[in-house]
Amino acid sequence: MEIGISHYLTVSAILFTLGVFGIFLNRKNVIIILMSVELILLAVNINMVAFSAFLNDITGQVFALFILTVAAAEAAIGLAILVVFYRNRGSIDVEDINTMKG
Amino acid sequence: MGLQVLFFYLFAFIAVASAFMVIAAKNPVYSVLFLILTFVNAAGLFLLTGAEFLAMILLVVYVGAVAVLFLFVVMMLDIDFAELRAGVLEYAPVGALIGLILAAELIIVVGGATFSPEIAKAISMPIPAVSERTNTAALGDVLYTHYVYFFQIAGLVLLVAMIGAIVLTLRHRQNIKRQSIPRQVARTPENAVEVVTVKPGQGI
Repeated sequence: MEIGISHYLTVSAILFTLGVFGIFLNRKNVIIILMSVELILLAVNINMVAFSAFLNDITGQVFALFILTVAAAEAAIGLAILVVFYRNRGSIDVEDINTMKG
Repeated sequence: MGLQVLFFYLFAFIAVASAFMVIAAKNPVYSVLFLILTFVNAAGLFLLTGAEFLAMILLVVYVGAVAVLFLFVVMMLDIDFAELRAGVLEYAPVGALIGLILAAELIIVVGGATFSPEIAKAISMPIPAVSERTNTAALGDVLYTHYVYFFQIAGLVLLVAMIGAIVLTLRHRQNIKRQSIPRQVARTPENAVEVVTVKPGQGI
């Protein structure tokens, strides 16, 4: 039995779905939502690398590297915003993030 | 070939199981640790496809930096996580339904996918054989030539993220005595010393 590209794409699809499901499940906890976004980006990266390997084109790996960069920047900024929000409100509940509501 | 299949299923199974635990764990510290396990196994999957450099970058950047950053934040914030988990099952059926539909659609679409023969003509940057060029060198060949502007922009994105994170979290506390070297250097005897003539028997 050979491992083809559809195996990798299936794993990545399941990881993506788990990320989306995580956002539904932990609607209140911003930290878990950020982790779910990381899972989604990881799934996208697995897609990129799998296509790169099976098409024999290295562009996919370059793109995955850029996705990794953006994901790291997003995590850093997201957590910084979270820390500032916690300092101001004393909570990280998503339902408390309504200060800008009129 | 049998070993590759075995390792693929090992990495894939642990990655999916720990990804599920990331969203299902009660304690966010466990979630972060399971996230690390997911990343390690995804790095294993990358290794199986031959993307060695990305596998190592995933370990270094994600496990070494991003996951530890998550861990720092989870431990730094003093939050009652049990309260945040209240009502977690409220939307679980809807989420599970949407997730199952999404997963089923994605798997049906990608499951039977094959490449059209014409796609071989569209390959722009073929991967050189491992005997000629290692994966890291091949990636560098492309990254520093064709994608050098994107590479610079990626560095700029990281710089902006770093400055943004520092600016956001930097807190200037009042009522703390700090050493100010410019003020010390700028002091002159005129504004630092006051000469008072004290009359005898009176004091100041």
